[in-house]
Amino acid sequence: MTITCGFEAQRFINPLVKNLPPSGIRRFFDLVASTRGVISLGVGEPDFVTPWHIREACVQSLERGYTMYTSNYGLPELRQAIAGYLAERFGLSYDPQKQVMVTIGASEAVDLALRTVINPGDEVLIPEPCYVSYRPITQLAGGVPVTVPTTMADEFALTAARLEKYITPRTKVLILCFPNNPTGAVLNEAEMQAIAALVKKYNLLVISDEIYAELRYDGPPRSFAALPGMQERTILVSGFSKAFAMTGWRVGYVAAHPDFLAAMVKIHQYTILCAPVMGQMAALEALRHGRQDVQRMVAEYDRRRRLVVSRLREMGLECFEPRGAFYVFPSIKVTGLTSTQFAEELLKEEKVAVVPGPAFGSSGEGFIRCSYATSLAELTEAMNRMERFVARRLAFKHRAVAHA
Amino acid sequence: MRKKILELLENNGKLTAKEIAVMLALPVDQVAKEITAMEEEKIILRYHTLINWEKAGAEEVAALIDVKVTPQQDVGFDEIAGRIYRYPEVKSVFLMSGSYDLSVLVQGKSLKEVATFVSQKLATLEHVQSTVTHFILKRYKQDGVIFEDQEADRRQVLQP
Repeated sequence: MTITCGFEAQRFINPLVKNLPPSGIRRFFDLVASTRGVISLGVGEPDFVTPWHIREACVQSLERGYTMYTSNYGLPELRQAIAGYLAERFGLSYDPQKQVMVTIGASEAVDLALRTVINPGDEVLIPEPCYVSYRPITQLAGGVPVTVPTTMADEFALTAARLEKYITPRTKVLILCFPNNPTGAVLNEAEMQAIAALVKKYNLLVISDEIYAELRYDGPPRSFAALPGMQERTILVSGFSKAFAMTGWRVGYVAAHPDFLAAMVKIHQYTILCAPVMGQMAALEALRHGRQDVQRMVAEYDRRRRLVVSRLREMGLECFEPRGAFYVFPSIKVTGLTSTQFAEELLKEEKVAVVPGPAFGSSGEGFIRCSYATSLAELTEAMNRMERFVARRLAFKHRAVAHA
Repeated sequence: MRKKILELLENNGKLTAKEIAVMLALPVDQVAKEITAMEEEKIILRYHTLINWEKAGAEEVAALIDVKVTPQQDVGFDEIAGRIYRYPEVKSVFLMSGSYDLSVLVQGKSLKEVATFVSQKLATLEHVQSTVTHFILKRYKQDGVIFEDQEADRRQVLQP
């Protein structure tokens, strides 16, 4: 129903919000939702259901009456467990009382971090292609997003040399997300060291989104905060969604210098108050007894990753082999189509949904994101369909060239 | 390497040697050779299809039968187990610890068929002391597969 009494709702909307561009892929996903029999490689969450013992821990906690608020910082036992996990897995030492806070997913943690440190006009460096939210939440915090493109030639890794070109006197924050969504790229040790040196040289702060840290295929996870001199300069953000298949629980956390935490908790307490206790109870169980679940899921993603990359290359699409997360980001330039054309025509003709690369920034043009967090049987079928589609497009292109 | 190949095949017997090779980052001919070797060594016994016959509309009755037997000198339970598992109605036989000795899964087209098999063939075997028959009323999970569609993909397409 449209209200037509002369009331101008638009007049009240904050220009920052009004001017935020809507998601470029909304129309595409509406099309996906209205098409039957689609195999979706567009979903950014694990296809595994949260392991049963984690779900059961939540049910049991409810039965025991855990239905109240927790501390603004989160359940003390969970903060303790998070600090223990960060120490054991990454060699990081955080005081669970003053340096760890539980948030509503890692998304809230990134938002809190930006709102805590950004003054109007401060520039925030965002390597691209990147997760869709970094730019808009930087803008909502009053910051100016400065995107730093990465390329397939560099395996989508950020290089210090490229990064330095985008640093100005107004640069304050660098957002890192490795393994990266959508490319699956990771930073190697030398690149991390070089970036850390720049961060120190220009007195920057890093917001390191490590939500995919456990989903690595080329070695143990690394945290940017673990580099010498980086812990105090890094606001480490992570959560349980990806590694433990707990997306809907909305439990994330932030670990940082006590001064940052003390400031962040003010925004958190006045807006969110605290993360839901049931999710926190489940997260506690995940950290205490979920290590094998993570290993099992990572092994499965790894197998699917190899298969998908192999199939994409066989059909003639250039594809960087991702080293983390659960996405591949192949180039579709050889087909002569734009990313959006490719995604829409693939959906219409073969009922496979992928995400057009520009959804993750303009440097994503010419690429598509395929999530392999889908059963092996569906992935194989999706690859068969995509192969047919690409073969038709390539044949058409070759005929057109021959006629020209 | 064998263990990894077996894990993949156990979950999906339709996987080709090429697909397995890609997934495990191994040469195709090496994977194919290992699979053939494991088939010859009877490590891989059969490529199994798990079917929900009830959903397929087929009438089928199954029963688990606890069998108490008198173990024989030298051969223990093996000989009597061998006599039981050779019946085509018998789908599996396990030697059990506890209050009975063998657990026998019998499948037939009707209650009567299974009952007749138990009373006329199984119970009358020499060394079989007693049988207790439990008819299977419904299968919820078998070989790690949940039969009902309770774990459907509930993810929404509108995720970033």
